[in-house]
Amino acid sequence: MTTTTTPTRALMEGSEALVRAAILADCRFFAGYPMTPFTEVLEHFAALLPDAGGVCINAESEIEAVGMAWGAVATGARAATGSTGQGLALMQESFSEATLAELPLVIFNMSRSQGDYFQATRGGGHGDYRHIVLAPQDVREGVALVQLAFHLADKWRNPVMIYGDYLLAHTQEAVSVERVEFPPLPEKEWAVDGSRSGTGRSRSVTPLGVTKVGQRHFGQEGKAQYIATKMAHVEREARAESGFCDDAETVVVAFGSPAKFVKYAVAQLRDEGLRVGWVRPITLWPFPVDAVRAATRTARIVGSFEISSGQLVDDVRIAVAGVAPVEFIGGVSSDHSGFGLGRLLDVDEVRERIRALHEGRPQPPVPGYEEFTYEPAPHQLAPTPEVTP
Amino acid sequence: MSTIPLGPVLDTAHAPGDGARVVEPKTPALLLTNHHHLCPGCGEPLAIRAIAEAIEDLGLVDTAVCALGIGCYTSFGSTVDIDLVQCLHGRAPSVATGVKRMLPDATVFTLQGDGDMVNEGLQEVLHTAARGESLTAVLVNNGVFGETGGHMTATSVLGQRTKNTIEGRDAEYHGYPILIGDLIAQLEGAAYVARGSVHNAGAVARTTKMVRRAFETQRRREGFSFVEILTMCPTGWFIPTGEGPDYLASTLGEVHIMGELKADGQIRTTEELHAENVRKAAELEAQLARGGLED
Repeated sequence: MTTTTTPTRALMEGSEALVRAAILADCRFFAGYPMTPFTEVLEHFAALLPDAGGVCINAESEIEAVGMAWGAVATGARAATGSTGQGLALMQESFSEATLAELPLVIFNMSRSQGDYFQATRGGGHGDYRHIVLAPQDVREGVALVQLAFHLADKWRNPVMIYGDYLLAHTQEAVSVERVEFPPLPEKEWAVDGSRSGTGRSRSVTPLGVTKVGQRHFGQEGKAQYIATKMAHVEREARAESGFCDDAETVVVAFGSPAKFVKYAVAQLRDEGLRVGWVRPITLWPFPVDAVRAATRTARIVGSFEISSGQLVDDVRIAVAGVAPVEFIGGVSSDHSGFGLGRLLDVDEVRERIRALHEGRPQPPVPGYEEFTYEPAPHQLAPTPEVTP
Repeated sequence: MSTIPLGPVLDTAHAPGDGARVVEPKTPALLLTNHHHLCPGCGEPLAIRAIAEAIEDLGLVDTAVCALGIGCYTSFGSTVDIDLVQCLHGRAPSVATGVKRMLPDATVFTLQGDGDMVNEGLQEVLHTAARGESLTAVLVNNGVFGETGGHMTATSVLGQRTKNTIEGRDAEYHGYPILIGDLIAQLEGAAYVARGSVHNAGAVARTTKMVRRAFETQRRREGFSFVEILTMCPTGWFIPTGEGPDYLASTLGEVHIMGELKADGQIRTTEELHAENVRKAAELEAQLARGGLED
């Protein structure tokens, strides 16, 4: 992986840097519907795509946005859509079927917290499918991963999601948006343009198991098997990085913006002499099982720090596979709007949670939410009768 | 039987002077096979043929891309020799938008049923029309979910028996049918809107002409073009196969009136088309009473 173009650092919002990276990666179509904190991604595409010879449509709904991107991708163009949790929930039918149609669609997910980890990695839609999910820790890495997203989407003919958050989308960083060069990919023989209509060799971009008469026939179950066996190969794209794990007794796993806080807090604790380390999945799917296992091999306890009620922790437990206990050390924490990240995302808070894990003490409460702890009513505590005959 | 003629009225009182003969072979070249999986009496193959012939007649074959919906007609995606983007139920107009914006010189059309377009994807077709996307949307409307076995759609007419309106569609309980062409015609972005049918030879000929006009509208980049085609579904209507055309004329055809709803900047409502048809029928009857049809 080499870079070209003269690096010129400029202070810009994360959203703008991601959009400029997408355009550098030859993205020529975007359709989206405004929703915080994703809105600025749409704004920058609307502002920048026309001058790049592309099109940005302010779609009338998320469902229409993903449909438009579906059509653009089917012509062989690099195209994307995006939103945040609820808007992405509306798009899920298209995401799952786009996987069956082998559409290299890129999705910008600027999430409101990390509580959409399951939506992103488990597939919020129907059926048996997976998406590659890339989680940049900051704007600089986002610029590279957006370009990687378009490359991987075409390489595997599979949707790829960028999992960002409020912080990534809105932080101003001095960043240089440089083109990342990737190995060449085959021509998109499958893409439609009308030129083969009437020749007996017309093309068919479809999630269904049927193709044109005389072409390879899958059937629904054959198509499902074909996609499932493709996914096994996509697993080689897993990426992660780690630090201080050679002799770590305590290892913390985190992704996205919070991982940057974890890395900083772990470095502080190392200065104090605590044997702690960190590992950061860069791809949420495929989950970097081998890297997490390697990073935690000396650990006597593993923590999952995430801004949610505990979702990433499931994948960490699968990866660690019982070698060490895995504890959830994050929590639900947003700003008062519900859109941004809350008081838990603070170096002191993060450091004290890692320290508590390392010292075997219970986790401190998530700041600001003590009064909202759920108290079950008596009828809820009463046992529910058995009904199985 | 309908009191409103839905196609040209032919004088069949006398045999034509010259006998029937094949003028030219008329199997559309765009078919990869003559076989299809649809029920006997289905009107959809006639609609597909009208589209294929219009594309061939206009010389647009090597520019044609279809965004196909989900319904019985979906099986034509594999038998018609046109570049295909298969869409999810209701989504074809948005998908076609993405295709057309990336391929401005292609002839892009959607093919959807009434369940696909008027139920599931109503807002998509309306927004696409309002945006004035330079593409053609084709609706095959049989007033029923044929593929699931005959259930009510948003275009089922009052009184129509379906599997979930066993006693007939009742306005108070099930609401009223949507005249989709009228809705689209009102939108500034729509340049050409027409409603045809395939229940008799005259109607097929008129419908093919409508599809041709719609594609011409697209090629001239005048805006969104839309053709609704009423099709028979004897299976979904629970009637004998041969009764399909008459049932269409007397039920769907009485509500979704055939004609051009918007052409050359002129909007005509379904009510106006109805009045016009009644007037034409009266004129024709008067001509016949005078001893024959005038030119």
